[in-house]
Amino acid sequence: MPLVDLIGIHKSFGTNPVLRGIDLSVHEGQVVALIGRSGSGKSTLLRTINGLEHIDDGVISVDGEKIDARDTDLRALRLKVGMVFQQFNLFPHLTAAENVMLAPKVVKKAPQAELRALAVEMLEKVGLGDRLDHYPDQLSGGQQQRVAIARSLAMRPRVLLCDEVTSALDPELVAEVLAVVRKLADDGMTLIMVTHEMRFAREVCDQLVFMHQGRIHESGPPEQVFSAPQTEELRQFLGGIG
Amino acid sequence: MAYQFDFSSLSGYGDLLAKGAGLTVSLTVVGGLAGVAIGIAGAWARSRPVPVLAPVVAAYVEVIRNTPFLVQLFFLFFGLPALGIKLGEFQAAALAMVVNLGAYSTEIIRAGVQSIPRGQIEAAMSLAMTPLQIFRHVVLIPALKKIWPALSSQVVIVMLGSSVCSQIAAEELTFAANFIQSRNFRAFEVYFVVTALYLALSILLRWLLSRLGQALFERRRHG
Repeated sequence: MPLVDLIGIHKSFGTNPVLRGIDLSVHEGQVVALIGRSGSGKSTLLRTINGLEHIDDGVISVDGEKIDARDTDLRALRLKVGMVFQQFNLFPHLTAAENVMLAPKVVKKAPQAELRALAVEMLEKVGLGDRLDHYPDQLSGGQQQRVAIARSLAMRPRVLLCDEVTSALDPELVAEVLAVVRKLADDGMTLIMVTHEMRFAREVCDQLVFMHQGRIHESGPPEQVFSAPQTEELRQFLGGIG
Repeated sequence: MAYQFDFSSLSGYGDLLAKGAGLTVSLTVVGGLAGVAIGIAGAWARSRPVPVLAPVVAAYVEVIRNTPFLVQLFFLFFGLPALGIKLGEFQAAALAMVVNLGAYSTEIIRAGVQSIPRGQIEAAMSLAMTPLQIFRHVVLIPALKKIWPALSSQVVIVMLGSSVCSQIAAEELTFAANFIQSRNFRAFEVYFVVTALYLALSILLRWLLSRLGQALFERRRHG
C-alpha cells in the first residue's frame, strides 16, 4: 500500500483549472521529483498534500489519514507531512533551536527536557550543531534552509515535501542544502520535491513526474524520462533547460 | 503692572496634587493593560475569517475612533444609569480609557499582524499548529515589535486624555489642579506645575514602555 496516495485531484483558482485530475502514488522510502514549466501545477499539487491548498475534488491519503474536498481540519494530515519552502520561512524572533522546538512544544506538548535534545539532534543532522542559538538573520540562506529542514524533521513526518528548496539561494549555497536532502533520501525518508535541479533529480530520485497543463503528462524512473522521453512536450521541456 | 508669581500659594496642596497624580497613574495602568489586551484580542478577531466576530469588532473600532473621548466618558457615566448601570467616577473613567485604547490598539496591532509574511504562517500551518497557536507563538511578538513605537505613543495619548476624566469628578491630576486654582486663584502657578507633572509622567511612561519593549523583543547574546 502506498504511503501517499492521490486520487483524482482537481483544483481551480477561480475559473482557472490548475490541477485536472491527478493520480499519484508514492511508496515509503521513495524519492519523487515533480518537474515541469512554471504554471504547470507542480507547486500547487505539492501544497495540496498537506492541505495548504484546498482541493475541489479527489482524495488525498497519507499513511492512512484520508481527506477530501469537504475536510476543513487538516492538522491530522499535517502531523504526517512536513514541508520545506522556497523562502525558508523561519520565525525571525526565534533562534535556530527555538524554531526547531516550537511545534514539538506547542503541538506535541513534548517535555521541556526532551526539547533541547531534539533541537540538538535535528540541527546536527543538517550540520548546524554549532548554530543553535543563532537567529535566522545571522545565518546564510543555505543555513536558514537547513534549519527549516530540521524544523520539519523535528515533527517526525512520514513524508517531507520540498518546494523548490534551492531556488532562492545563491549558487554557491545550493550544494550544502542538496547534500542534506540527499542524506535524507539515503536514510530512507520519503520525499516529494518540486525542483529545477535536473542533475540532482536524476541522481537522487526514484521517479520523475513531468507535469503539463495541470496533468501528469509523463512519469517514470529518471533514466527513462531523461534518455527516452515519450512525448513532444517533455522533449521540449528537457531541451529548453538542457 | 507686573504679575507677581507666587508658587508658595501652592503650599498645602502637595498632597492633593500627589493624590491626583496617583489616580492618573492608576487610570493609565488599568487603561493601558486592559486596553492593549483588548487590542490584541481585537486584532486576532479581525485577522480571522469568522462571520460575526470580525464585523462586530470593526464596528466597535469605528464607533470609538469617530467619536470624542469626552462623549464616550459622559455616555458611560451619565448615560448608562438610565439602563440601571451605575458606575463610580473611577470605574467610569477607567472603563472609558480601556474601551478607547482597546479600539485604537486593535487597529495598530492589526497593522502589525498584517505585516507578518504569509509564508511564516504557512510554515506554522504545515507544522500542524492551530490558528491560536500560530497567532500566539508566530505572529504576535514580531507584530508587536513592528508597531511598538506607535502603540507606546497611543498609551501616552490615553494617559494625557485622562485629564478629561476631571469632568466627571474623577479626582485625577487635572481635577486637583482645577480644585486648587478655584481656591487660590493662582491659575498660572497651578497649571504650570501640573503641566510639568504631566510632562514628567509622559517622559517616565515612554521610558518604561521603551524598556518593556526591549525586554520583550531583545535577543539573547551568543558567542
